[in-house]
Amino acid sequence: MAKKLSKLNNKPFEMAIKVIFIPICLISIIPLWVIFVGSFTQDKAISDYGYQLWPRIFSLEAYTHLFTTPGLIGRAYLISITVTVIGVIVGITLMSMLAYTIANKNFKLAKGLGFYVLLTMLFSSGVVPYYILVTRYLHLKNTIWILIFNGDLINPFSVLLLTTYFRRLPQSLFEAAKLDGAGEFQIFLKIALPLSKPAIAVIGLLTMLIYWNNIYQALLFIDDQRLYTVPYLLYRLIFEYNIIQEGAQYTGTITPYQSVRMAMAVLAIVPVLFAFPFIQRFFIRGITLGGLRGGE
Amino acid sequence: MKVTAFNFSNKKRGIKRRGHALSLYLMALPGMLVIAIFCYLPMTGMILAFKDYDFSMGVFGSKWIGFENFRFLFESGVAWRLIRNTVGLNLLFMVTVQICAVITALLLNEIVKYRLAKIYQSILFFPHIISFVIVGYFAYAILDADIGIINSILSHFGIGKITWYSEPKYWPAILNFISLWKGLGFFTIIYLAGMVAIDPEYYEAVRIDGGKKWHEMWYITLPFIKPLICINVFLAIGRSFYGNLEFFYNVVRNTGQIFSTTDIIDTYVVRTLTVLGDFNMAAAAGLFQGVCGFILILLANWVVRKIDSESALF
Repeated sequence: MAKKLSKLNNKPFEMAIKVIFIPICLISIIPLWVIFVGSFTQDKAISDYGYQLWPRIFSLEAYTHLFTTPGLIGRAYLISITVTVIGVIVGITLMSMLAYTIANKNFKLAKGLGFYVLLTMLFSSGVVPYYILVTRYLHLKNTIWILIFNGDLINPFSVLLLTTYFRRLPQSLFEAAKLDGAGEFQIFLKIALPLSKPAIAVIGLLTMLIYWNNIYQALLFIDDQRLYTVPYLLYRLIFEYNIIQEGAQYTGTITPYQSVRMAMAVLAIVPVLFAFPFIQRFFIRGITLGGLRGGE
Repeated sequence: MKVTAFNFSNKKRGIKRRGHALSLYLMALPGMLVIAIFCYLPMTGMILAFKDYDFSMGVFGSKWIGFENFRFLFESGVAWRLIRNTVGLNLLFMVTVQICAVITALLLNEIVKYRLAKIYQSILFFPHIISFVIVGYFAYAILDADIGIINSILSHFGIGKITWYSEPKYWPAILNFISLWKGLGFFTIIYLAGMVAIDPEYYEAVRIDGGKKWHEMWYITLPFIKPLICINVFLAIGRSFYGNLEFFYNVVRNTGQIFSTTDIIDTYVVRTLTVLGDFNMAAAAGLFQGVCGFILILLANWVVRKIDSESALF
C-alpha cells in the first residue's frame, strides 16, 4: 500500500510511538492487575502492607473461602445468573419483535413506534417517579422481578440496531413468503430471525452485559440481602464490612475480607472477559461499515 | 411467478392485509407495554417536583406548592454546586478524552505493522467494558489512605501519605484520569476508523510538495476527522447535564467530605431519595435535569445534523 511506504523512513518516530504506547497499555491493564494480584495475596499481607503489584505472600485462601463457604456470595451469583439469563431471553424476544414491526414497511404505526422508542433515549422521567411507581404502585420493591422487568429490559439502542439490520434484509424474500400465504409472525420467525443471527448475537451480548453489571436497580429497590446481585454485593462490600462479618458469624470462621473482595471482583469480570473479543470485533466492524464516517 | 397472485379478489386482499397488521400489532405489543410502564408512565410523576409529597395522599393527592422546591434548591446553593460539578466535570472529561483520543489515533495510524496496532487498540479498548463497580474497587485499592498502592509508593519515597478520600481538590483530576482511562480506547477506535478511510493519494500529494509527517497530519488527517470530532463533541455537550451515576457512585462512594467537587445531579437525586428520604428535593432536581438535558440534546442534535445528517440521533 502506498501509505505504508511512507512510514518506512521514520525509524525514530516508530521508536517514539512504542515508548508512548507501552506505558499507556500498561496503565490500561494495571488496575485490573492490582485486583487480580490482590485476590491471590494473603489477606493479612494486604492489611499490613497494602495492595501491591505482586503478591507479598501468595495465597489461595480467598478463592477457597469463596468456593467452600459461599453463603451470601453464592446466592448473589445465583441471583445474578438467573436475572441475566431470563433478562436476556425476554429482552431479545421483545426487542426483536418490536424491531421487526418498526422495520416493516407495510405497518402504519412503524414510524410512530420508532419515535416512541427513540424518545426514551432522549428524555427520561428521572429517578423519583420511577421509584415511586415501582415501590408504591407496582409493589415490586425487594422482589426478583424488578431486577428483570425494569427500564433496562428494552434498550432503545439495541432496538435501533435490529431495526436497521432488518431493514437491510432483502425485501424480495418477504414478498415471496407473503405470496405463499405466510403471516407476518411466520415470516419473522422463519426468515427474518434466522437471517439476523449476528445482530441477535450482538444484542444478546450487550443485554447480557447490561444485566450482569447492573447495580442501579438493586441500589434503588433491594434491601433484602438474599436478593443481592453480584455487582451490588461487591458495591456493598466496599462500603460495609459487616456484611461479610455476618456471614462469618454464621459459619464461625474469620473471613479474609480484603482478598475475598478482590477474588469476587475477579470472578465478576470473568463473563465480561469472555464477551470482550466479540464486543470489540462487533464494535470495530460496526464503526467501519456502518455509522460514523470521517473521510470522503 | 405464481399465477394465483393475480387471482386475489379485493375482499380477500383486504382481509389478508388486516391479518398481517394484526400480527404486527401483537408482536409490538409486549415491547410497547414494557416501555409504556417503565418509561412513559413515570413521566406523569414528574409533577412531583411541584408538590409536597405525602405518602398517604399519593402522587396526585399531594399538595401543590409550585416552585417552592426549586426555590429551595437554588437559594441554598445546592443547585449551583450540582450544575457546576455535573456540567463542569462532563466538559472536562469530554475535552480530555477527545484530545487524547485524537492524538492516540494519529499515532496508531502511523504504525506500519497492522497486527501491532490492533494489539494496542484492543488493550486500550479493554477498560471500556469493565463495569464501574470494578473501577470502584481499584480506585479503592489504589487510593485508600492506609493500604492503597499510591500511598505505599509515596511513603516509600519519604513523602507523607495523603488521605485522598478527604481532599476535595484532588478529585476533578482523579475522576478525569479515570474517565480518560475508560474512554480513551473507545474513541481512539472511532477516530482511527475514520483515519483509515482516508485515501493515500492525499498523503502522496503532501509528500510530493515536500511536506513532513507533521504536515500530513495537520493538513490531511485532521481536517478529514474534523466532522467526527465535532459530532462527538456536540453529542457530549448535549449530554452534559447527565452524569454517569454508576461511575460516581462507585468511585466516590458517597464520601461526604469530597462532595463539594464530586457531587453531581444524579448522585444527589439518588442519595436524597434513598438515604434522606426527601422526595421533594430529589424530584425537583430530577425534573430540572430532565428538562435542561432534553433541551440541550435537541440543540446538540440539530447542530450535529447540520454537520453530517446520518450521525444525528434523529
